[in-house]
Amino acid sequence: MDLAQLYKSMFRIRLIEESIADKYSEQKMRCPTHLSIGQEAIAVGVSANLSNDDLVLSTHRAHAHYLAKGGDLNSMIAEIYGKITGCSKGMGGSMHLIDTSVGFMGSTAIVGNTIPVAVGLAWSLKLKESQSIACVYFGDGATEEGSFYESVNFAILQNLPIIFLCENNLYSVYSGLDVRQPKGRKIFEMVKGMGINSVHGDGNNVDEVFEKVKIAKEAILAGKGPQFLEFDTYRWREHCGPNYDNDIGYREESEFLQWQKNDPLNKFLESTALAELDNLKNIIGKEIALAHDFADNSEYPEYSQYKSIANL
Amino acid sequence: MTRKLSYSQAINEAMFIAMRESNKVVTFGLGVPDPKGVFGTTLGLQEEFGNKRVLDMPTSENSMTGIGIGLSLSGYRPVMVHQRVDFFLLALDQLINNAAKWDFMFGGGQPVPITIRLIVGHGWGQGPTHSQNLQAMFSHIPGIKVVMPTSAYDAKGLLLESIFDDSPTIFLEHRWLHGLESEVPEESYRVPLGKANLVNTGSDLTIVSMSYMTIEATHAVNELNKVGINCDLIDLRTTSPLDVDLIKKSVTKTGRIIAVDSSSQSFSVASEIIAQISMDPKIVLKHSPKIVALEDSPAPTSFGLTKDYYNSASDIYREVLGMFERPTDDIEKIFYSEKLHDVPGDWFKGPF
Repeated sequence: MDLAQLYKSMFRIRLIEESIADKYSEQKMRCPTHLSIGQEAIAVGVSANLSNDDLVLSTHRAHAHYLAKGGDLNSMIAEIYGKITGCSKGMGGSMHLIDTSVGFMGSTAIVGNTIPVAVGLAWSLKLKESQSIACVYFGDGATEEGSFYESVNFAILQNLPIIFLCENNLYSVYSGLDVRQPKGRKIFEMVKGMGINSVHGDGNNVDEVFEKVKIAKEAILAGKGPQFLEFDTYRWREHCGPNYDNDIGYREESEFLQWQKNDPLNKFLESTALAELDNLKNIIGKEIALAHDFADNSEYPEYSQYKSIANL
Repeated sequence: MTRKLSYSQAINEAMFIAMRESNKVVTFGLGVPDPKGVFGTTLGLQEEFGNKRVLDMPTSENSMTGIGIGLSLSGYRPVMVHQRVDFFLLALDQLINNAAKWDFMFGGGQPVPITIRLIVGHGWGQGPTHSQNLQAMFSHIPGIKVVMPTSAYDAKGLLLESIFDDSPTIFLEHRWLHGLESEVPEESYRVPLGKANLVNTGSDLTIVSMSYMTIEATHAVNELNKVGINCDLIDLRTTSPLDVDLIKKSVTKTGRIIAVDSSSQSFSVASEIIAQISMDPKIVLKHSPKIVALEDSPAPTSFGLTKDYYNSASDIYREVLGMFERPTDDIEKIFYSEKLHDVPGDWFKGPF
């Protein structure tokens, strides 16, 4: 594993997400958009363990998962612009990203509803006697959904090759864990009770994420069945949109500042020479500018294309 | 070669054929490999195809639907079974938000060829949550096909077509049809989705019905024929797609329509049929259209109530006579039956 490469990947995702935030007010990206800023380490640490044949499903906050898995940048930005050149031909928007060529099998907008679909993908891998695995991302809120328990149960029952990857960022929209789950509960400990190997880690430490996912994948390939991983992290921006929302009253500015001090990119930013950072920013910035240009200059889908895709 | 098979035997045969034709067909559901085999429809499958392709499942309707979707995204053709449609209501998130939309919301090329077999109860105390007719609710969702076979012949051909169709398909089996026999060819054949069946031809009136109600309508049509009223009887086979063309063609000829539905009336498939006819400026009706459907209330459980609640051939017959301003005095005599009203025949002893 090349730690420097992981950091560069995180830095690239950060810059892409910031470009979306910066340009969101142009009103050209007209769809609900959930930015991954602050949560890049998990996506990168996970994906560095996966090949294109390993299948990933994700959530409404999927940009980092998609990009880290190798999803095409132009297609993602164009999708957010609602263009026919988007990864879902403009039919899905920011919350429906897909790039099957790299094993990113989709992200959806309904809490917890890709979890069983990922279990189905894992089942297909087992039936095909494949050496690949499935991985599904979801948040702390999804562990309150019935389908989470149903899915984990079936995956254990059938010994399926899947990583359940819980990104605990403390909030479901603006509802904190304290109003949603009993005080003192540790999600990974509760899940352990179902009979699945379950671990917990710092989701803002890419090195730690990488190592824990590596162990989990090896366990699956050794026939030890599905694995559950919970990583703590924090979203910096508002639940949905480009702004900060620490002022609206659901969380304290001090909490945000504390997490910002624990920026997953800290080590990288501190240890990289300014000239090198500028150089990187320059290279990535050009790629990003081209992606926005590509999206902006692409066509909206024709109504006939919509009808054809909807089989009307 | 054809021979007589019951509806449930025809479904069983379709499953054997599908699983032999493609090793991507898998089937699961509570009770699929149990000794009763979902009313005989899944008997013998696990013995022949093994427990990787034929399996029981946890009581997890929503996730098992999602898991089926995941399988189908990877090239499999899962057939999920629930012994009552009512249990499947837990899975509406996966059905409506994922199965119906996956191919569309990712821009095409992501078909979800899952078939979901759901059994509709009727009578013998099934009551409010074991005998719901929800075809209109399913048909309302773009992206899903809804199949309601009436004969054993259609059950086999439509199930094979559903399994190998690339859309998610809801396959509704009325419990009272499982014992019904018809001529069924031994070989593999398909009945296309979206093509209704003209069961009887006549020039005076169009009756449109589906599933078990086509059996009742057939009795009514036979009796109407004796009093000189000749009916086109259209069995829908699928409520989505709806074969509007065939219905319009028939009504253009007859100028009269009664839509018979096994569900409650408001927002029903029958309502949609009448709406489609009403909106066509080329169709001129000789009489206002009618619907024979259930009251807008939950199904009763008690033996003392189900007779009045459900419609039968005599109710259809009465509506038709009313349309032609004929006397309706001797209906009770014509349709008098020794059999109990809440079972489909002597073969049915309950409990479900």
